[in-house]
Amino acid sequence: MNRVAILAALILSACGAQDAPLISSRMISGDAIVEPLTKTTGDAIRGEKLFVSREEGHCILCHKVDGLEAEFQGDVGPDLSFVGDRFNAGQLRLRIADYQLVRPGALMPSYFRTHDLHQVGKAYVGETVLTAQQVEDIVAYLADRKTSDDDA
Amino acid sequence: MIRLAGLVSITLITACSATTEVSDVPELAAEDIVSASVFLNSETRALQEDTFANPGYLWVDRGEALFSQPPAAGPACITCHEKGLRGVAATYPAYDENIGQVLNLEGRINQCRVTQQSEPAWTFESDELLSITAYVANQSLGEPISVDVNGPARAVYEVGRDYFQTRRGQFNLSCQQCHTENWGKRLRGDTLSQGHGNGFPAYRLEWESLGSLHRRLRDCDTGVRAEPLPYGDPLYVALELYLAERSKGISIETPGIRR
Ligand code: HEC
Ligand code: HEC
Repeated sequence: MNRVAILAALILSACGAQDAPLISSRMISGDAIVEPLTKTTGDAIRGEKLFVSREEGHCILCHKVDGLEAEFQGDVGPDLSFVGDRFNAGQLRLRIADYQLVRPGALMPSYFRTHDLHQVGKAYVGETVLTAQQVEDIVAYLADRKTSDDDA
Repeated sequence: MIRLAGLVSITLITACSATTEVSDVPELAAEDIVSASVFLNSETRALQEDTFANPGYLWVDRGEALFSQPPAAGPACITCHEKGLRGVAATYPAYDENIGQVLNLEGRINQCRVTQQSEPAWTFESDELLSITAYVANQSLGEPISVDVNGPARAVYEVGRDYFQTRRGQFNLSCQQCHTENWGKRLRGDTLSQGHGNGFPAYRLEWESLGSLHRRLRDCDTGVRAEPLPYGDPLYVALELYLAERSKGISIETPGIRR
C-alpha cells in the first residue's frame, strides 16, 4: 500500500509541479462540472464579446452562431446556434474548460488547463487561455443559445 | 515487486510523454492531395501564374543575378552549375553524404557558399538567401515533388512526422489536426489547406514580402501559442522533409502567392 503511494507520488513529481490539473476529478460528475468556477455569476453579454474577440475566446475561429454579428465564422467545430438545447451549463463548463476530459483526442482546445501541454510559448507558460470568470461568462452566453430563445 | 516497478516505469514514461497520439493516425489519400493554390480566389491564383505581375519574381530576378555574379573570394554559382539547376529543388530536403546530414534548399545553398565560395553563410530571411532560393526553386516550376526518404534520410523523416503529429502550444493542436483531418474547412477567414510546402519561398499578402517555408511554420506554431523554433532548426528541416514526402505528386509553384 505504502509503496504504491510512494510510486504514485513519483509519477506526479516526474511530470513537474505545474502539472496538477486545474479541474480535479472531484469537480466532475458525469460529463459536467456542476459547480460554477467562480462566485460571481457568468455574464452572457460579456460572454458574447469573449466568444467573438480575437484576443480572448475567439471561438468563432472554429464555430458559428446564427445571428451573431461577426464576419467569417469558422466551421472546424460544430454549429453552436442551439447548443443550449443539447447541453446544460455544467456540461458546457466541462467542454470549454477541458474537452479532453469528455473525449480524449478531441480537437477542441482546453481553455482552462495548464497541465500536460507541450512546447507552450514562453509568454503563456502556466497560464490558462481564459480566466475562470471568462469561462463562466461564455457558459452563460452559450446556455442561452436555445431554439425557444429569440433574443439573437 | 519487479513487475510493479516495471509497470510503473512504463506509466512514468507514458504519463509524462508529450505525445498523446492514438496509434491509428489518418493520412492524406493520394487522390486527395492538392496544392493550397486551389483554395485561393481566382484573382490571387491568376496573379501567381502571371510572371510579370507576381511580385515574387522580383526576388527570382535578383536571385538569377546573384547566381551568375562571382563573390569576392570564390567562383559564381553558375561556374559549377552551367546548365542551371532545373529539377533539383523538387528533390529537397535531401541527405548530404559529405556532412552526413539532411539539408533543405537554403542549407544546401549556404553549404556551397561556405565550402565552394569561401563566403560566410547568408542569414535566414536575408534578401540574398530568399532571392537565390526562390530562383533555384523556380527552376523546378511545375516539377512534381519527389524526395528520397529511404536510406539515411529515413530517421529524419520520422522525426518530422512526429513533429507534425504532436499536439503543442497553449491551444494544444497538431499540424495533423488542421492540415490532414480538417483541410477544406473554414478557420475564420481562411480555408484550411493541406499544409504543403510547394509554393515556398512564397509571397504572402499578410507579410507584404517573400518568406521562407520556415517563416510559415513559425507562424503556424505561433498561432497555437507554441514557442516557434529558430529559422533553420534541424527539427523544421525534418518537418520539411516529411511535408515534401507527404506532398508527393503535386508540383513546385515557387514563387507562390498566399493570403
Ligand atoms: C480550433 C478549433 C476550435 C476552437 C478555437 C474552439 N472550438 Fe469548440 N469545438 C471544436 C470541435 C472540433 C468540437 C467537437 C468536439 C471535438 O471533436 O473536439 C468542439 C465542440 C465544442 C462544444 C460542444 C458542441 C457540441 O455540439 O458537441 C462547445 C460547447 C464548444 N466547442 C465551445 C467552444 C467555445 C466556447 C470556444 C471558445 C472559447 C471554442 N469552442 C473554441 C473546435 C474548436
Ligand atoms: C490551428 C490550425 C493550424 C495548425 C495547428 C497548423 N496550421 Fe498550418 N496553416 C493554418 C492556416 C489557417 C494556414 C493558411 C491557410 C492554408 O494554407 O492552410 C496554414 C498554412 C500552412 C502552410 C502553407 C501552405 C501554403 O501553400 O500556403 C503550411 C506549409 C503549413 N500551414 C504547415 C503547418 C505545419 C507543418 C504545422 C505544424 C507545425 C501547422 N501548419 C499547424 C492553420 C494551422
